[in-house]
Amino acid sequence: MSTVLTDCRVPFAHELIELARADERIVAVCNDSVSSSNLGEFRSLFPERMFNVGIAEQNMVGVAAGLANAGLIPFVCAASPFLTGRATEQIKADVAYSRANVKLVGMSPGVSYGELGPTHHSIEDIAWMRALDGLPIVTPADDEQTREAVRWAAGHVGGVFLRIGRFKVPSVSGGQSPAFAFGQSNAVRAGTDVTIIASGVTVSRALAAAELLADQTVSARVLNISTIVPLDAAAVIAAARETGRIVVAEESVSRGGLGGAVAELLAESNPVPMRLLGVNSFAPTGSVEFLLDHFGLSPEGIAAAARELVGRA
Amino acid sequence: MTSDWWQRLHAAGPASTADIADFAAEIRRTTLVTINRAGLGHIGGDYSVTDILSTLYGRVLRVDPANPDWADRDRFILSKGHAAVSLYSTLALSGFFPLEWLETFTGPLSALNGHPNRNKVPGVETNTGPLGHGFPVALGCALAAELQGSDRRSYVVIGDGELQEGSNWEAFMFGGHRRLTNLTAIIDRNRLQQGDRTENTNSLDPLDAKVEAFGWEARVIDGHDLEALHSALTAPSDRPVAVIAETTKGKGVSFIEDRAEWHHKVPSAEQVALALEELSR
Ligand SMILES: Cc1ncc(C[n+]2csc(CCOP(=O)(O)OP(=O)(O)O)c2C)c(N)n1
Ligand SMILES: [Mg+2]
Repeated sequence: MSTVLTDCRVPFAHELIELARADERIVAVCNDSVSSSNLGEFRSLFPERMFNVGIAEQNMVGVAAGLANAGLIPFVCAASPFLTGRATEQIKADVAYSRANVKLVGMSPGVSYGELGPTHHSIEDIAWMRALDGLPIVTPADDEQTREAVRWAAGHVGGVFLRIGRFKVPSVSGGQSPAFAFGQSNAVRAGTDVTIIASGVTVSRALAAAELLADQTVSARVLNISTIVPLDAAAVIAAARETGRIVVAEESVSRGGLGGAVAELLAESNPVPMRLLGVNSFAPTGSVEFLLDHFGLSPEGIAAAARELVGRA
Repeated sequence: MTSDWWQRLHAAGPASTADIADFAAEIRRTTLVTINRAGLGHIGGDYSVTDILSTLYGRVLRVDPANPDWADRDRFILSKGHAAVSLYSTLALSGFFPLEWLETFTGPLSALNGHPNRNKVPGVETNTGPLGHGFPVALGCALAAELQGSDRRSYVVIGDGELQEGSNWEAFMFGGHRRLTNLTAIIDRNRLQQGDRTENTNSLDPLDAKVEAFGWEARVIDGHDLEALHSALTAPSDRPVAVIAETTKGKGVSFIEDRAEWHHKVPSAEQVALALEELSR
């Protein structure tokens, strides 16, 4: 049996085009990233609604805020490290603080640029964006979630940070409908001994870890967090109460990332033993798969962290 | 294995133009093989900048491969860090590190990833990869030399698409304001960026007039004419100098030249054979 794997830039672009056909307010803004953001077809269909400002991310975000000022709905599409790193202050002042209706689409986040190295990895984006007041962060984990999240973002009035992966992922929604509901997590596996909280590319790895754990009679719940801001507090607190231990596995830094968000919430409401797995240093050279494993984000690495918490190592 | 190119270029007085041409051909061959082996790289931008690199390391920069941290070395920064393989090839052939390192390029835990890292690679001054960073750092190096009363110089190579980043214009403005005559900015004007021609994306022309307006002397030259490069990079000026090197992306291999898709396409085994033949003519 072969699993269908999705580069989420594909459903992203497909959905954006569907939305743009129905709503002429939708425009795209990018930074010499037409192909890396998979916008080629959008450009052919709507050439006048595509603004490629060149290699100039600060201008790109400011321009988007200006377009939004006129009632348009700009989707800013750029590699996540350059979008969130280079244009942080534009995102803060022009989008978040000004409450501009700009959709910030961080493409190819995490370590998905593998061998290109830490300058091209986007492991800090969640921490940076999470520090901003009132900016929702949405991280779909598969094809279905991507489509629904893009549609939700277009309809939501206000800024949004949407993280769209290029690293190919299997479906983790398993036909659930809706696959994505803003602000809600999905319990993609039930369990009682420990909860693995994952997001984006780590969800399928967390599910595989739960399989490994089941073989060792550890029952692991897996929560797919596809909205990091605002966090699904009820589900996280319930997981802490009901399973007593939490592992967070994310393709970004734990400090300020999803791990940080979960730890902040539980520290105030229901502290439990936790392990925070993430890409917590500048990566060495290597492929995406090598790096995910290197940082303990393989099924085995996640399972080992969970076992350690459960005390059956 | 340590390459003997440094000896060949520097032992018997200044290198000749023919020596530099041979060096450039060797850099191109090494770059090609390294990219093909790794299955990753930016060959178009590597080849447009190769003649600039061979000129700099062959007969302009005051550096010492045996002592890469020498305090009074000239500073060279490849701001368009995606052309890392041409820099790695130049540094390895110059003897900054063993040629074998190139075989590890992009492999697990290699010192050589897709963009240069100063903490892992001797001869690299600052980590580049995000565009629009190298020029301000080179400007800082030039200010430090001035403050410390050193005659060392700073050189930076910037891609033309890269010039769309505003940080470069902040550096042009301050470099002109300070009249930093120890700073040379080299623009690799190959007229292509990642997805298209620069002039179809966010046009730069007239580039010479722009940099002149910022207080720089613009020297527009053929970026593959080794003598023109040598004199543009060494003739003194009373202003900071911007060498606008008109280059061809992919220079040296007919089927790679001047095509947007070769920004980061990787040549197949057959294409490598064809390219090696063209590069050895
Ligand atoms: C800040 C930033 N934005 C985008 C990129 C992605 N990128 C890498 S190379 C490139 C095109 C560079 O064009 P140019 O500077 O003309 O270089 P060359 O033609 O010499 O390859 C782009 C957009 C990047 N590396 N950094
Ligand atoms: Mg160029």
